[in-house]
Amino acid sequence: MTAPKTLYDKIWDAHLAHEAEDGTCLLYIDRHLVHEVTSPQAFEGLRMAGRTVHAPDKTIAVPDHNVPTTLDRVNGISNPESRIQVEALDKNAKDFGINYYPVDDVRQGIVHIVGPEQGWTLPGMTVVCGDSHTATHGAFGALAHGIGTSEVEHVLATQTLIQKKSKNMKVEITGKLRPGVTAKDITLAVIGETGTAGGTGYVIEYCGEAIRDLSMEGRMTVCNMAIEGGARAGLIAPDEKTFEYVKGRPHAPKGAQWEAALAWWKTLYTDEGAHFDKVLTIRGEDIAPVVTWGTSPEDVLPISGTVPAPEDFTGGKVEAAKRSLEYMGLTPGMPLTDIKIDTVFIGSCTNGRIEDLRAAAAILKGKKIKDGMRAMVVPGSGLVRAQAEEEGLAQIFIDAGFEWRLAGCSMCLAMNPDQLQPGERCAATSNRNFEGRQGRGGRTHLLSPAMAAAAAITGHLTDVREVM
Amino acid sequence: MDKFEKLTGVAAPLPLINVDTDMLIPKQFLKTIKRTGLGVNLFDEMRYDDDRNEIPDFVLNKPAYRNAEILVSGDNFGCGSSREHAPWALLDFGIRCVIATSFADIFYNNCFKNGILPIALPQEQVDILMKDAEKGENARMTVDLDAQTITTSDGEVFTFDVDPFRRHCLMNGLDDIGLTLEKAAAIESFEATMQTQRPWV
Repeated sequence: MTAPKTLYDKIWDAHLAHEAEDGTCLLYIDRHLVHEVTSPQAFEGLRMAGRTVHAPDKTIAVPDHNVPTTLDRVNGISNPESRIQVEALDKNAKDFGINYYPVDDVRQGIVHIVGPEQGWTLPGMTVVCGDSHTATHGAFGALAHGIGTSEVEHVLATQTLIQKKSKNMKVEITGKLRPGVTAKDITLAVIGETGTAGGTGYVIEYCGEAIRDLSMEGRMTVCNMAIEGGARAGLIAPDEKTFEYVKGRPHAPKGAQWEAALAWWKTLYTDEGAHFDKVLTIRGEDIAPVVTWGTSPEDVLPISGTVPAPEDFTGGKVEAAKRSLEYMGLTPGMPLTDIKIDTVFIGSCTNGRIEDLRAAAAILKGKKIKDGMRAMVVPGSGLVRAQAEEEGLAQIFIDAGFEWRLAGCSMCLAMNPDQLQPGERCAATSNRNFEGRQGRGGRTHLLSPAMAAAAAITGHLTDVREVM
Repeated sequence: MDKFEKLTGVAAPLPLINVDTDMLIPKQFLKTIKRTGLGVNLFDEMRYDDDRNEIPDFVLNKPAYRNAEILVSGDNFGCGSSREHAPWALLDFGIRCVIATSFADIFYNNCFKNGILPIALPQEQVDILMKDAEKGENARMTVDLDAQTITTSDGEVFTFDVDPFRRHCLMNGLDDIGLTLEKAAAIESFEATMQTQRPWV
């Protein structure tokens, strides 16, 4: 009888290709996702050393960060640096024979949306990408995390990573969520509890009834922001919903292999009595729709709250809060619902999936956005866009006054033309509210797609439950 | 990668928590396909105003710290995006060592791949080093990776922990990929086993 294992322990053990005497491990990587920003130097390194890609069939590339999301992108990317970066990925994909979804392919989109959509991401896999939001794939019970460019090169050359095992952390969300509360509110509420470094050194397994009740899209939203809590990865044990989502996707196993895969996937859960080094439990019914007020994802408050004062904090957070308030142009004591918004961004690898668009459209149906509001919806992939058009969601957005865009990372990190101007204030469904993240001097409030839609209508941060 | 053995240099104080990689190197500089040349844009939005003039108050613009080789900062340094452009920018500026109370995971890894030594120390010790750094260019700290010590300008000595494998690679300037390729047989044997056990992968 072996000791009880966590889900993370099981996936780790199943991928250990080598362990040195000092405990340094080589972890085998099943899927390597690649985008244009963090890979050119890695491919250049391979070429300079005369190396090849070890497993091109396990390597998948798609341009997403730099690509414009306006309809005129068929005419090419006008920013020369962006264009060069995307062209470099085109060339590297071709030269090294890796799977590729170019800008003009309908399947193109944000790498963390394309991977699951195409069935590349499967339960029990190890998945890496030169992008911190790789944690998204943990929703399938895959061990997925971001890596730097040197590690991208290492995985390209060896299909392994040098790793030390992380500790196990359990985040349990018990019971049911209240109406108007979504996966985004769960993940933000967790970061509000742990802080942005609370997960450092850990792999988080999310569990509990409220997590099980989430769709695969919602689970991806939760795992996506595990990195914002500092965790190496976030995981959710696969179940029937997972298998249902995966089945029939282009790169999912078929026939006898499906049966074999399913048999193994069903063993992927944390054993009774397995040890967690840290546990956080939150009651689902205690989670409210939340927004961020500051410049760190841990600056989370229920929408019914007020802007805090620096003296509400201790230690280094006092100065940090002072700096955040100044940057955000907010006064302590002000109700969060008094914060006026001029821009709304719905999209990103956090909230750019079909369910997110459905949630926002449900609020917007038959309504108009506030006069002067700039609002855009950027579907996470070409296929999400197509599905939303088929379901009539696109028309709801357009009728409400939103711009209906092509797929890409867009305003989440503003490496493309979608940016905030200094002083502009955005309700964003993305994942980071850092200074300058959405454009120099731009101010970001993170929230759920339904909350973003509500703010678009009223022109200020709004409790979505009041417009439902 | 350049070796890191012992470094004596000016330490710049940056008493902020949650210094994220967007702060270290904003997104507009990630469009490069090279690893070099990013030092001029390190902390770009804190260092320059809208007209690209230096902001005199920012620590790295002060005469005493323009040649800093060590940075002392607060909790959760390097959080956020995985961009290795952050350590590339630090290195290109000339910073080879960052001392903080804690580091974000991916940034911490990325440092070692680029010859930068990140050192995590308890708050009380970082407070003392921060004070030492505030003394300016005449106060030089020494970081000795072999001995795993930091010596302040006053001669006070702190010891630090570092993973032995990473220390070995850093002290010898070793290329990870070369080391891993020495284990190619283990990787191939793992792949052969997986081909039978999990052929769908």
